[in-house]
Amino acid sequence: MRNLELGIWNLKLKKNAMIENTPIIKSTPEYTATRNACKLCAPLGASVAFKGIRGCVPIIHGGQGCATYIRRYLISHYKEPVDIASSNFTEESTIFGGGANCLAAIENVISQYQPEVIGMATTCLSETIGDDVKFYIQNFKDLTDRETLPHFISASTPSYQGSHIDGFHEAVASAVKLIAEGGEKGEHLNIFPGFVSPEDLRQIKNILEDFTIPYILLPDYSETLDNPIWDSYHRIPEGGTPIESVRKCGSARASIELGTILNKGSLSGRVKNNALATTAAEYLLESFGVENHRMPLPLGVSNCDHFFETLSQLSGKEIPMKYTKERGRLIDSYVDGHKYVFGKRAVVYGEEDLVVALSAFLNEIGIEVALAASGGESGRLEDEIRKYCPENTSEITVQNGYDYEMIHEWCAENKPDILIGNSKAYYIARELGIPIVRCGFPIHDRIGGQRIKHLGYTGTQELFDQITNMLIASKQDSSAVGYKYM
Amino acid sequence: MNEMLKGRKSQIVTKGHDDVAIACGKASIAGSVSQRACVFCGSRVVLYPIADALHLIHGPVGCAAYTWDIRGSLSSGPQLHRLSFTTDLKEKEVVFGGETRLYNALISLIDQYKPKAAFVYATCIVGVIGDDMEAVCRRVTREKGIDVIPLMSEGFNGTKKDGYKIACAALSKLIGTDQTSVVPEHSINILGDFNLAGELWMLAEYYRRMGVNMVACMTGDGRINDIRKAHKAQLNVVQCSGSMTYLAKDMEDKYGIPFMKVSYFGIEDMSDALYEVARFFKSDEMMQKARELVREELSKLLPALQEYRAKLEGKKAAIYVGGAFKAISLVKALRLLGMKTVVVGSQTGNQDDYNLLKELCDEGTIIVDDSNPNELSEFVKQTGANLFIGGVKERPIAFKLGLGFCDHNHERKEALAGYEGMLNFAKEVHASVCSPVWKFMK
Ligand code: SF4
Ligand code: SF4
Repeated sequence: MRNLELGIWNLKLKKNAMIENTPIIKSTPEYTATRNACKLCAPLGASVAFKGIRGCVPIIHGGQGCATYIRRYLISHYKEPVDIASSNFTEESTIFGGGANCLAAIENVISQYQPEVIGMATTCLSETIGDDVKFYIQNFKDLTDRETLPHFISASTPSYQGSHIDGFHEAVASAVKLIAEGGEKGEHLNIFPGFVSPEDLRQIKNILEDFTIPYILLPDYSETLDNPIWDSYHRIPEGGTPIESVRKCGSARASIELGTILNKGSLSGRVKNNALATTAAEYLLESFGVENHRMPLPLGVSNCDHFFETLSQLSGKEIPMKYTKERGRLIDSYVDGHKYVFGKRAVVYGEEDLVVALSAFLNEIGIEVALAASGGESGRLEDEIRKYCPENTSEITVQNGYDYEMIHEWCAENKPDILIGNSKAYYIARELGIPIVRCGFPIHDRIGGQRIKHLGYTGTQELFDQITNMLIASKQDSSAVGYKYM
Repeated sequence: MNEMLKGRKSQIVTKGHDDVAIACGKASIAGSVSQRACVFCGSRVVLYPIADALHLIHGPVGCAAYTWDIRGSLSSGPQLHRLSFTTDLKEKEVVFGGETRLYNALISLIDQYKPKAAFVYATCIVGVIGDDMEAVCRRVTREKGIDVIPLMSEGFNGTKKDGYKIACAALSKLIGTDQTSVVPEHSINILGDFNLAGELWMLAEYYRRMGVNMVACMTGDGRINDIRKAHKAQLNVVQCSGSMTYLAKDMEDKYGIPFMKVSYFGIEDMSDALYEVARFFKSDEMMQKARELVREELSKLLPALQEYRAKLEGKKAAIYVGGAFKAISLVKALRLLGMKTVVVGSQTGNQDDYNLLKELCDEGTIIVDDSNPNELSEFVKQTGANLFIGGVKERPIAFKLGLGFCDHNHERKEALAGYEGMLNFAKEVHASVCSPVWKFMK
């Protein structure tokens, strides 16, 4: 690469630059580094959940970098302003505790945003030095002379105890624990959708509205993280679940919790806190006797059926005709496309509950799930996948705690036909020439990540069309003829 | 300027109204939604483009995950820098220490990727769990025979600028370790270019046409062995004053290598950079060649720019970027396109930078240090800007408010330096400001 004669660089212009591919290296059992992590840190998940509560401004209690990075990461996906404040730890706060910073942060956020709610998420740093955020909040309440104060929700989210998904569920659970009240049972349902896209949230809301079932969706960032244009800047975007609704969660008819792994697990490497985390719905069941229906994300015919039937049964209402037709069309398209997808081998990766749902869907259309991988470490992925993939004829490799380089190595060796998951595996797809269908989080190299619909019959329809067409296209592109009909 | 955060006032001035000096280099206020990152981030981005080194982040997963491949720095060879390695600390290590994990990670990564050197970055948590990172690095250096350099870049330990300093100190450890190589006459180091979208290749080509050789670039398309012999260059040409001036000063002290600050952005600054280098070498021939080069490039560029200028004349721009030096160049470049800068700010500018900005800007221009979304949107509204120039985090604010946007931070995919870059810049500004979509925003 170097021009030795002149002793200077042999200058290459952009066009003919040689890009060496990173060598693929087998990891050894003693491997202790994570290479291209397939997970994010807990306060990110908590921030997303907080964004789904009306009038909420998240504060990340820790170093400035954490909040800035998390904002940048979220903005690149949602393409929306995402304000997250930081308590900006300094060396002093690290030594003497972050109390002063925490109080100052609360005060400043209140004066600048006048939020209805402040959502505090801790970080590795503040947790390690033993900061007690709840105590600080109480301190603030005692000391302030403000008359009206926002509601406070605080979630303990050190990343060394779990991934962004754990952070997300922790924040939702904290909101419910702090705000929900019991009372006379109402007709409404609680829906805990998990970490899905704003479009998915809109889809869920449409379904419940078509059923005419009163509901509380928590969190609901369908607007806050996917705003229309504005004529003036909104410090806090409109939308989100109102606090009064969170309060009513305790008197709901029942809860529906989407996702079967949630934050139930992730004990790997835990020392101090070895208790299983409770989810919001579990808490409501224990404290207020709100029955809980836990099920996989409604993706794929079977899982959608489960969801719709549960709604129908809980409300005593018929499934609206609209959805019966959507279901019919979906199955009709399964038939139209079945040959193109049958026996193809897919790699599915990302958040565990999404991986379970996607696998179940692929399984019902005849695509073999060859590898199901996640950076999450619940230790439960394998069981769930087996449970929801009854048709899979060959071995499914299921990997918890995987990173992208492990997926990379696996793909290089096993040559799958398609990758299905977020945009971060694009480099693998590109290098190995495998088509990739983007879904989940994050989508950083395309627009519209926040509008990808995964759920319901129509969400499944969109994914089915995309996957099938991707497989058709890759055959068409590599054919010598370039045929004009399928 | 209503409802500004208390304590922010001194970091904002309006030319012609406030005659106070701007306060900068302050830590951000708790509770602000700052656009600034942390010390670790500063170190990480400066060293990131060194493509044949291992970059291992010692800490929990997030710090590494968020910095995975975030810059558009190209390499002409190895791509090791584009992988994100972390010790991914768990509670176990937080309680009992992460040294073993770090040691194992280093050994296995070095065995497998055979890097020319390794940089190990400390994140906040390492600062509090008391790992002796330096000792582990010394041990691995001994065992593996490559330099394993610790960066004590705990995020809370200052601002992004302090991270730059730490990165410069790490480079300084490598510089001077190659005593045998010989470099040709008229050799320079390029400092502070990160080869975004291949910009370095373009610049080095300009220098080559003038008869100037490059020993090392720090750190765009960087290689460890080039850095080792960087002390043999006769001159350091420094771009982006924020991050690399420390190193230039250090090399001046240690090796007596003078440095000059330049900017490659915009016609004037780019040409000045070339002339300055020719002047430094006191070579008429070189100056002659530089003039020819500039003439040749401008004869292609100017007519092409005219077309854009005609459409952009009179439009107003707001700038918020990382380094103030970049902001200065942008003000000039926008002027070349007939545009006026109405708001200008940076995350890390110093007093000199801001004074320069104040001199350069028109009356009424708002000048700001370490801003936040609220403020920025306020300013944009006040001034009726048509274009915002900033980083990823500012983009959605601009778009939501219905003004054009040009990405001028380190993630960009278009080369904006040099003459070719100026044309790209004009194209980008034009594509955003003159798009028909804005009419629906009314
Ligand atoms: S310190 Fe923890 S919370 Fe902050 S970015 Fe790193 S992993 Fe995330
Ligand atoms: S933990 Fe510290 S080093 Fe890591 S991103 Fe946060 S502030 Fe920066």
